[in-house]
Amino acid sequence: MIAESGHYALVLALGLALIQSIVPLIGARLRDAALMNVARSTALAQLLFVGASFVALVMLHVTSDFSVANVYENSHSMKPLLYKITGVWGNHEGSMLLWVSILALFGGLVAAFGNNLPLSLRAHVLAVQAWIASAFYLFILMTSNPFLRIVNPPIEGRDLNPVLQDIGLAVHPPMLYLGYVGFSISFSFAIAALMEGRIDAAWARWVRPWTLVAWIFLTLGIAMGSYWAYYELGWGGWWFWDPVENASLMPWLAGTALLHSALVMEKRNALKVWTILLSILTFSLSLLGTFLVRSGVITSVHAFATDPTRGVFILLILCLFIGGSLSLFAGRATSLKQGGLFAPISREGALVLNNLLLTVACAVVLFGTLYPLAMEVLANFKMSVGAPFYNLTFVPLFALLLLAVPFGPMLAWKRGDLLGVTQRLLAAGVAGLVAVAIAWAWARGGSALAPIAIGLGIFVIAGAVTDIVERTGLVRLPFATALHRARGLPRSAWGTAFAHAGLGIALIGIVCETTWNSEYIATMKQNDVAHVAGYDLKLDGLFQRQGPNYREMIAEFNVSRDGQPLSVMTPSKRSFTTRGSSTTEAALLTRGASQLYVSLGDANAEGAIAVRIYHKPLVLLIWWGPVLMAFGGVLSLSDRRLRVGAPKPARAKQRLQPAE
Amino acid sequence: MTLWFVFALMTVAAIFAVLWPLGRGARAQNQGSEVVVYKDQLAEIERDLAAGLIAVPEAEAARVEISRRLLAAAGSEPVSEPKVELKSSLKWRRAAAVLALVGLPLVAIGVYMPLGSPLLRDFPLAQRERGSGSGMAQSLENLVVQVEQHLEKNPTDGRGWNVLAPVLERLGRFDDAVRAYRNSLTYNGESAERRSDLGEAITAAASGVVTAEAKAEFERAHALNADDPKANYFLGLAAEQDGRKDDAATIWRALLAKAPADAPWRALVQSSLARVGGGTMPALSDETVAASKDMNEGDRNAMIRGMVERLATRLKQNGDDVEGWLRLVRAYLVMGDRDKAVGASTDARQAVANNAERLRQLNEGLKTLGLDG
Repeated sequence: MIAESGHYALVLALGLALIQSIVPLIGARLRDAALMNVARSTALAQLLFVGASFVALVMLHVTSDFSVANVYENSHSMKPLLYKITGVWGNHEGSMLLWVSILALFGGLVAAFGNNLPLSLRAHVLAVQAWIASAFYLFILMTSNPFLRIVNPPIEGRDLNPVLQDIGLAVHPPMLYLGYVGFSISFSFAIAALMEGRIDAAWARWVRPWTLVAWIFLTLGIAMGSYWAYYELGWGGWWFWDPVENASLMPWLAGTALLHSALVMEKRNALKVWTILLSILTFSLSLLGTFLVRSGVITSVHAFATDPTRGVFILLILCLFIGGSLSLFAGRATSLKQGGLFAPISREGALVLNNLLLTVACAVVLFGTLYPLAMEVLANFKMSVGAPFYNLTFVPLFALLLLAVPFGPMLAWKRGDLLGVTQRLLAAGVAGLVAVAIAWAWARGGSALAPIAIGLGIFVIAGAVTDIVERTGLVRLPFATALHRARGLPRSAWGTAFAHAGLGIALIGIVCETTWNSEYIATMKQNDVAHVAGYDLKLDGLFQRQGPNYREMIAEFNVSRDGQPLSVMTPSKRSFTTRGSSTTEAALLTRGASQLYVSLGDANAEGAIAVRIYHKPLVLLIWWGPVLMAFGGVLSLSDRRLRVGAPKPARAKQRLQPAE
Repeated sequence: MTLWFVFALMTVAAIFAVLWPLGRGARAQNQGSEVVVYKDQLAEIERDLAAGLIAVPEAEAARVEISRRLLAAAGSEPVSEPKVELKSSLKWRRAAAVLALVGLPLVAIGVYMPLGSPLLRDFPLAQRERGSGSGMAQSLENLVVQVEQHLEKNPTDGRGWNVLAPVLERLGRFDDAVRAYRNSLTYNGESAERRSDLGEAITAAASGVVTAEAKAEFERAHALNADDPKANYFLGLAAEQDGRKDDAATIWRALLAKAPADAPWRALVQSSLARVGGGTMPALSDETVAASKDMNEGDRNAMIRGMVERLATRLKQNGDDVEGWLRLVRAYLVMGDRDKAVGASTDARQAVANNAERLRQLNEGLKTLGLDG
């Protein structure tokens, strides 16, 4: 009953989405309010039905109803409850259902809170959302239906892939999907604007917060996924330039560009056409990511779905939406009204540079991801594009971008003063150079570029701090006044500073981890001691333990430094009987932002075990940075003021100048 | 029935979601427009200024900027939006209503019927464990699964293995039964009974052939308790399968001599004894026993031969039965007719040649009979 009701609810959602994709458009053409309002109630009803369908699938997983093929293939009655729930989206069918549920959620939010949108804009936006939804409902029902049944249910399920049995699965995919799918809103707004042939102020006012929400989730999702790979795969790597990771990085790059160009649009009414194009591109890249991951076109850690029919179906959706939207853009973009003008040296100009660098970086990643595929298809030649390619292309572009980051927020709108900004950033530059010098003196070995990169990171952070100091007048004015001004500062300004500082922090983490990480790989027996980066790890012994649905072998290490005992680390190796596979559970010891990382290999007959021990200096900064960026995003989102980017009156600017 | 009721309710709710806005007339909508946004922004500046968030010159500059945009917006849209009369087109609304009332159920049923299985009930684990499954076999399997899960977590529970092993054997899961008996031996300690049970399971796993491994178990059981009937019976069987019919007869006779009169296995041993020709009592099923009661040695042999011939004929017509072939080969071997046994095994290989799995089973079976290659 639950299974069939969930299935039927999904079918009804398809029916509603089909109505939602046609009726509101007719209404908008005829200017009939009632027909346009159909979009709203159907979007809410759709959310209700998809939500019910998703809840039904969760309940089926929780009660271990193996008469549902999806549950049988991906669950096990002895799995802990958390993994029974997360297992719902730990497989292809369930994750697609999560995808459409989030799509329906965003559609429902627009319907529920879109009262201040022009009626016809809302009708158009929701209709476009419904097109996307219909396509994916059909995809799920036709090729990846999670509600198919087994007539004679087996007694026990086949269990979830053990690598996925981790808290990471509870957080990473939902976050990532909230990000991917969140960009569908700006896409729908862009298409609606093209269809209506005009972009009004309400458009800009709406697009930015939605983009920001999607961007926050995508940032956290990517960071979470990276940390998960770091501790679960047992190799201590946190980014592999894997096509699946690139698939999430590309929408992030385009989305970051969109975020900034939407800012220009909201504040200055400029860059309208470019923002529309970026909206389309960002969601297209999200769709491309979905295609790459879901079709199994690339075989990698994440590709647990391989079925050509699915691939072809998603490819059709992809071509339909990307091709359709870009043709619409090509046809209608010229008819859009251009916005305000600005000088090359200005906040707008800086944001254009930002957009330029981000889109080129995104294009580089796209090339690196698709080139091996194209080679495989056309020349029947299998190759992989890895870190060396990206180090030569992506990294210089990003270094350039980071160098420019502190300048952006300090330039005035419309016409800026580059020389003045450079003067004010002098302190930050000096801080960066000092950091280079210290890193140079302190460093033992490693790339000569590493201290420079650290200096760049410090410059970005100091630049963000300078911006806040400038705005509050911390140095010039009495402390109480500065505090008052800090409180009065728009939260978006704080958000900008935090997000930009987060970039610098992540950069420092990345450089330190890649340059100065030390590793120790050996086969150890009981009472053997390993020396890594000043730490002594003594193997106390190996133990067996029984988990809920696995057996594990635990190695106990006593960690000490200079003879002082610090802690006990217990990495383990779990073997899962049902799937006949095993996972390594690395043990992590956090000391400040650095980590000691121990993971186990295979044990041999004499009771010795292969051990990999890494010391990763400042590795946690890699993830603190994105968390700080997301926090900045949240601050900026909470700033609900209607923003207008007015140029500073000329005399105000002169009054500020001599201060530095 | 309830399921269809739920479906109907859901469909009605979906249709209602479409009809509801259609039914409400073109009410004055509180909708946003460009002009409204700019007016909001002007009001916002006043609020910020009053709260001291922005300075007077900045507020002035922003006000000028917004007013400029407001004028542009009002100018470019001669029919300023709030004043636009929203039309209502009854014809299209009716069409939309019909679409909802007819199209939605049609699409729903049209898509759901080929995909769904409305007749299948839910089958959650809890319900299965209560034993409301389909019949006895199902619930027995359930019990086995439960015990296995319990033992997976507590592998040292000897009693559990003791309970599980015979059930597995009865279900035909001989390999698992062997494992279970081994565990039972490990955790419950040595006993003649357990040793011979293990031997029996190994024999069953080898489709009735007392392998060397099984024989070792029976011998160990015999050493622990010379009177253990099961060990004695199977040691006799091993002797018979080795072709030492006299030894088999001796063992079984001794067993029968010591056996209590009401031992349930008496008949089995007696018929086995008859088979090796040393019996005082005839072999085979009650009917044949009755029929062969008055037969002499030659007649009895003739009868056994007749049964073997019938098996051979049946296998010639339908050669898929690997078990049958093995039984036939074994019968020839027991009758001392090695040539015929080899001939039968060749026939068997030809009969199952186009099925790899059966061929593998056959070859393994033949190997245990000592007829490989």
